[in-house]
Amino acid sequence: MSLFPLFQWFEATAVGTAVRESLWLFPVIECVHLLALALLGGTVLVVDLRMLGLGLRAQPVAELAAKVHLWMAGSLAAMILTGVPLMLSEAVKCYYSPPFWYKMGFLVAASLFAVSIRRRVAAAEPASPVLQKLTAVVSLGLWFAVGFSGRWIAFY
Amino acid sequence: MRPAAMLDYSGLLPFFEWLENTAGSVAIRESILFYPLVETTHVLTLCLFLGMIALLDLRLLGAALRRVPVSEVAGRLLPVAFAGFALMVVSGLLLFYSGPLRAYQNIFFRVKMAMLVLAGLNALLFHLTIYKRVAAWDLDASPPVRAKLAGALSLVLWSGVVVCGRMQAYNWFEP
Repeated sequence: MSLFPLFQWFEATAVGTAVRESLWLFPVIECVHLLALALLGGTVLVVDLRMLGLGLRAQPVAELAAKVHLWMAGSLAAMILTGVPLMLSEAVKCYYSPPFWYKMGFLVAASLFAVSIRRRVAAAEPASPVLQKLTAVVSLGLWFAVGFSGRWIAFY
Repeated sequence: MRPAAMLDYSGLLPFFEWLENTAGSVAIRESILFYPLVETTHVLTLCLFLGMIALLDLRLLGAALRRVPVSEVAGRLLPVAFAGFALMVVSGLLLFYSGPLRAYQNIFFRVKMAMLVLAGLNALLFHLTIYKRVAAWDLDASPPVRAKLAGALSLVLWSGVVVCGRMQAYNWFEP
């Protein structure tokens, strides 16, 4: 079964139509998407760098992860809330864009990894430095792939 | 091509016209892979630069990392931010080099450059004044008003830089 009719419907939704037909909605939502990206990236980086032994090294990993958790969840929510209308406005283009599908795949993988393995490794006492480093590398790799493929939706 | 009513306050227009026609500029502009790669680098390095700056600003506002000493947040995260900034400047210069006239005539680009200078001055002022006495408020969950002001200004100005950078894709106010 093809998902194409679904994406046609996405594009025809009221939100999709409104964003597409407005001169300024798409750019404005895109700007918020970018600002949320900086904050999401910052909160992911600060914990992953710590697990690699860099950055805020004087803070225990578990405490640091707990401190930035709300900011990370909030910025991820902002990214999704802004990303959905952007996608709806050009859903058919996204359907035909390989980077879009890569992005969705990596996004699911990165989110699942964050709420399962990464959360447990960050909270573990006593912590295993090797496991932490491995987790940080996988996390950084997955989120990088989300951002990278996201940018390439514009090109392919 | 020179837009008819292009304002050239700085007198740099002839230089940018020359730059636009250099082999390197044309090569980047017409490249299939290099230009998107540079632009992707410029966007993703935001996480490294603005992500760290935002965390420090939120600490100054007393909104995040409240029990981590301010000097520790600044001392540990600013080197990461500087590395990110270096990458942003290099990738940004390459993007500018790929189309100097298009950037120069764009109102968003001009505002972005002005806000970049203001953000830099705000950071400099912060480090030369209130941050010199950080020992006195290092552990305060809610830092002094002047530190909060610097943090808030930094967030506003850098956000403005990002917004103007993104809006540069549009030529809404061009002659």
